[in-house]
Amino acid sequence: MLLLIEDLLKSYPGPEGPVPVLRGVTLSLDAGKTLALTGESGSGKSTLLHLVAGLDVADGGRVLLDGKEATKLDDNGRARLRRSAVGIVFQQFNLIPSLDVAANIAFQARLNGTPEPQELSRLASALGLESQLRKYPEQLSGGQQQRVAIARALAARPKLILADEPTGNLDEATADEVMEQFLALVAETGAALLMVTHSPRLAARLGSRAHLSQGRLA
Amino acid sequence: MNARALIFLLLGVGNAFAQGFAGLGTDAEGFAVPEPGKGFEFPQDHGAHPDYRIEWWYVTANLTGPDGADYGLQWTLFRSALAPAEAVGWESPQMWFGHAAVTNASTHLATERFARGGTGQAGVTVEPFAAWIDDWQMAGDSFDSLRLTATGKDFAYDIAMRAEGPLVFHGDRGYSVKSAKGQASYYYSQPFFAVEGTLTLPEGEVPVRGTAWLDREWSSQPLAEDQAGWDWFSLSFDTGQKLMGFRLRDAAGGGFTSATWIGADGAPTSYGDEKLEATPLETSRVEGRDVPTRWRLTLSDRGLDITVSALNTHAWMGLSIPYWEGPVRVNGTHHGKGYLEMTGYQRRP
Amino acid sequence: MTGAVLSALASHWRRNRLQLLTLVLGLALATALWSGVQAINAEARASYDAAAATLADGQFDQLLPRDGDSMSQELFVALRRAGWLVSPVVEGRLRVGSTTVRLVGVDPLTAPPGSGASAALARADLNRFLRADTLVAGPEMAALLAANLPNPVLVDQAVAPGTVLADVGVAQTLLSRAGRTSRLIVLPEQPLRQRPLAEIAPDLLLQRADGATDVGRLTDSFHLNLTAFGFLSFAVGIFIVHGAIGLAFEQRRGMVRTLRALGVPLRHLIVLMVLELVVLATLAGALGTALGYLIAALLLPDVAATLRGLYGADVAGTLQIRPEWWLSGMAMALGGALLASASALWRLARMPVLASAGGRAWALVSGRTRKLQAAAAVVLLAAAGMLAITGVGLTAGFALLACLLLGAALALPFCLATILRFGEGQAVSAMAQWFWADTRQQLPGLGLALMALLLAMAANVGVSTMVSSFRLTFVGFLDQRLSAELYVDADAVADRAALERFLEMRADAVLPIMSVDATFAGMPAEIFGARIGDTYRENWRFLDGVPAIWDEVEEGRAVVINEQLSRRAGLRVGEMLALGPGLSLPIAGVVGDYGNPIGQAIVGEALFRQTFPGIVPSRYGVRTDDPQGLRRELIEALDLPPARIIDQAALKALSLSVFERTFSVTGALNVLTLAVSAFAILMSLLTLAAMRLPQMAPVWAMGTTQRRLAGLEILRTVLLAAITAALALPLGLALAWVLLAIVNVEAFGWRLPMYLFPAEYARLMLFALGAALLAALWPAWRLARMEPAALLRIFANER
Repeated sequence: MLLLIEDLLKSYPGPEGPVPVLRGVTLSLDAGKTLALTGESGSGKSTLLHLVAGLDVADGGRVLLDGKEATKLDDNGRARLRRSAVGIVFQQFNLIPSLDVAANIAFQARLNGTPEPQELSRLASALGLESQLRKYPEQLSGGQQQRVAIARALAARPKLILADEPTGNLDEATADEVMEQFLALVAETGAALLMVTHSPRLAARLGSRAHLSQGRLA
Repeated sequence: MNARALIFLLLGVGNAFAQGFAGLGTDAEGFAVPEPGKGFEFPQDHGAHPDYRIEWWYVTANLTGPDGADYGLQWTLFRSALAPAEAVGWESPQMWFGHAAVTNASTHLATERFARGGTGQAGVTVEPFAAWIDDWQMAGDSFDSLRLTATGKDFAYDIAMRAEGPLVFHGDRGYSVKSAKGQASYYYSQPFFAVEGTLTLPEGEVPVRGTAWLDREWSSQPLAEDQAGWDWFSLSFDTGQKLMGFRLRDAAGGGFTSATWIGADGAPTSYGDEKLEATPLETSRVEGRDVPTRWRLTLSDRGLDITVSALNTHAWMGLSIPYWEGPVRVNGTHHGKGYLEMTGYQRRP
Repeated sequence: MTGAVLSALASHWRRNRLQLLTLVLGLALATALWSGVQAINAEARASYDAAAATLADGQFDQLLPRDGDSMSQELFVALRRAGWLVSPVVEGRLRVGSTTVRLVGVDPLTAPPGSGASAALARADLNRFLRADTLVAGPEMAALLAANLPNPVLVDQAVAPGTVLADVGVAQTLLSRAGRTSRLIVLPEQPLRQRPLAEIAPDLLLQRADGATDVGRLTDSFHLNLTAFGFLSFAVGIFIVHGAIGLAFEQRRGMVRTLRALGVPLRHLIVLMVLELVVLATLAGALGTALGYLIAALLLPDVAATLRGLYGADVAGTLQIRPEWWLSGMAMALGGALLASASALWRLARMPVLASAGGRAWALVSGRTRKLQAAAAVVLLAAAGMLAITGVGLTAGFALLACLLLGAALALPFCLATILRFGEGQAVSAMAQWFWADTRQQLPGLGLALMALLLAMAANVGVSTMVSSFRLTFVGFLDQRLSAELYVDADAVADRAALERFLEMRADAVLPIMSVDATFAGMPAEIFGARIGDTYRENWRFLDGVPAIWDEVEEGRAVVINEQLSRRAGLRVGEMLALGPGLSLPIAGVVGDYGNPIGQAIVGEALFRQTFPGIVPSRYGVRTDDPQGLRRELIEALDLPPARIIDQAALKALSLSVFERTFSVTGALNVLTLAVSAFAILMSLLTLAAMRLPQMAPVWAMGTTQRRLAGLEILRTVLLAAITAALALPLGLALAWVLLAIVNVEAFGWRLPMYLFPAEYARLMLFALGAALLAALWPAWRLARMEPAALLRIFANER
């Protein structure tokens, strides 16, 4: 089992005391499998993803990633987890604006110390980015930027890909196209995928599906 | 003091003194150079030799007060020429400076004077003998009977000196070699002065008696280029015998030594390089420098193995040209008193 | 990992060269300001010291010939041989080309340290000085000498204008006075024993060091004030550095967030960013130090060959960069950068990984921060007020200065916001309303640059006020104290009656000066008797007094005292001063007396003669239109020794000409500080320009031309600068007041009167506005010429 989430708790401070976001979530994901996390806005699905990614710290419960307890890591440990164990695809792309496409794609792999030139060019061609390598993010369309973000996440060869509404900022046609390539590449690399989406249509394309409602799995 | 220190930094000799005593090894162009075998003529040679770059009349005395306390006294008149010539008035290229000091176990007072030759402010005459700068003077009917005076803002002295032995010529009949490369000076001493007089100290006047040693030396290039300074000893033993010895240190840490053993009757024996061995035993922190204030001296030819220690380790001459000069005590195979001068010790953090 | 992060950090600068330039230039300019001000200060001090050295003969006792204007050199030798430490000076007028110069011959071997001659000779080649008939003079004089005389000439800034120094032998030859000297300086430290003077040289007069010409206390005060302004320039620099660094961090917030999301540990990132900063600051510091000296050299008159200074060559009389200045420049850049980055790094460290990178542009001073700033300002200004009222000591004076400046700077955004909000309330048209609101919105971004402008402008107002007040005081003091053209030393005169008769006939007015030692309130003092006339009525300025002061004094009904006596004895105008048994007079006036350590009381001549019948005049002040002629007549007719007749007019003119130089030098400070703060505004505007596009695009889209928007941008900047400059005026005056009335009193016991110079302030204000206008022009021009597509992109881009 690659990912095991047990009884995860998280709340955020609000004007009238803590507002619970996750009220004890338990779920698991095997290596190479894909899971869609759906739910309405505010259901806690992004928070769950952030906790798995080590971007935030849980109030209770635990996250086991590849047998290691991610919830017990300190700040440095979580940073190591982010750069080596998982690849994250954000809704907002989060590319580095001052680096060109090639450098952006290679970036996380370089952080991780595992850049493989062949893998980088394979990903670039699979995503149709060969002609864009020297361009800067601001010169790309939204779809292209998200392809760069996908390539960056996969290039580090993580066992788990986390995606937060990866096509949420794209128009429908582009979104479908990008999602097609994304899922194909994930399948190709054999990584597991945990994807947050509010779209049942997209969720249906993944191996399994979990629905969050008011901080609990439905 | 700074402006003056600078003067001597820029003048030829100041250069030599202030910059690690290396400047004297420069070419003696225009200046006469000492040669072996010269005969001395007296009293003329007691006077100045303006053709040579540098010259001094150097008196050190070991004295005792009525209570048995030890005192030391120094009186020096330096002559330093910018050119090998003499002229009347301000055009004279002869610069004179005087150093005076008194030392006891706890106090060391020193002061200096400056003058240009040509105006009468400083100079030397031979018959009758007088060497002076301002109101300081060493004068008398002859070189054997002299009155020595000096005064500073906080001390003064006035002593009479009477020679009880002959002049002593160092090296080869007064030709004293200063390096393996052959740099040399003319050098003779009168180490047999008996003295009595008065020291005026901040505490009051002290009548003193003792002995004095007068050095006469002139040259144009006594140091080799790599020599950084010297350690010079003048010692009088209870046996009546005396020893003059010096070590010229080179930058590499080695040294050139020379010594004159003086019998009780004044008969000199010269010892060339490496006969005399001088080894620092202990250093004192003085004005930011590490200065050796206890030494071991050996001269095996004479069965000499002695320890020389400073009466006052802080006998620092903090003048335009700073150096260490003070009275010492001698113990070991021989016992006695004397003077130690050390130059060229650089400030260290 | 380090390599990847470094390449990402560096790529930001590669892609945003303007931002890199802004950062490096910001740091470099702050350093340049600091090092430039140091250099200007040093130069001002040097010329002031030269002026003091011209008068320095007064600080030593001197031996003068009783008869004639020279003595035999043999006397010098005789005195030295008798134990007197004296140094010969031969002095005379030398015709050079079409003018005459004052040639002073000195003996460097015996001249005392601290004499004007030894100060100048400290930098000359002494071997050449003694041996090659060398002359030493200031730059203007050196050119004249070189053109007219065969002697080698050394240039030395420390030699007073109109004066030439040479070895005593050289001067004797040039003046045809072989074997003669004009006077002998008596060294302050003499040996234990010496023969009595009368025995060796009965024909010489011993003239004691003259306290009245001792300008040391004024000099100290001037130096203290310049030092204070040096620190002020440091404060201006810190604000500029803070702005530049803050910007550099804020611009990269997004990148930092992404890097952290991708797994770069926070500490690692901070270490690398500090390292990056150190490298940039070192570069900028070196650049700035060199730039500062270059600017100083360009701004200063008579300073050449600065570049030689850069390479460490010791060129007499030129501006030099000394190692400690390099060090202090680098410390300014590095220390300032690290200090300024501390808060930015602190915010970065506390920023959650998930925080939004964008938000409200880059600016970032939240409402809460602004409130905190205002609160801190109130606390600091209140502390300043407390210190002004209750503080004692120099430390309190400087603490007051610090509180005042920092408080004012922190209060600036709040003040500006309040004024702008008021403007917004008055606005009628939609465009005007947008203009005011948008100006207010720009405040956080421009805040630091405006604070720097505020401090720079305040510093300039302060410098101008201080320096000009100082000049007025000094000139007034000279006029008052050296009001007579000639002074005749009465002790040298055998027949006083004959002298008085002669003077009454020839001079416009004769002012006998009589004095007697006294003790007031347990302190040493002097009582002076003065013949009240037009000289006193016209020249004396009072710090405080009743109407018709001199009439009261002349009639013997009142007394005038100096400030020292007034302060120390706590005596005010109207109170009674006991001059002696049975004689008490009311105090009619208090007069500034800047060179004098002891108390002084002045009464009318009649009263003085009646009270102290045994005292005869020690000196006569003589008013005349022809001082040179009268001097000659006195020498010829009455056989007076020339050395006993002092031509004060010439002395005064000489010292004034030297002091003028000092004052002109400080004018360079104005140019430097304002230029640098203008650059800070320019940098902020350029940085803001891109970020402000989203705010301007809608206004443009709704029907405004780009030109109109650009015009409004300029107006906006000038408006902000104008309000800031207006606020800086009272701050600058407060600053000058603290320095003159508090710090100076604490340090020296007397107060420098403060004068106001409205024309000067207006000029500074115009200059500040001009600087802001220049800074706004380029960004506005870019806006006006921008492709519409760039504005459209604002709408097209994903939001």
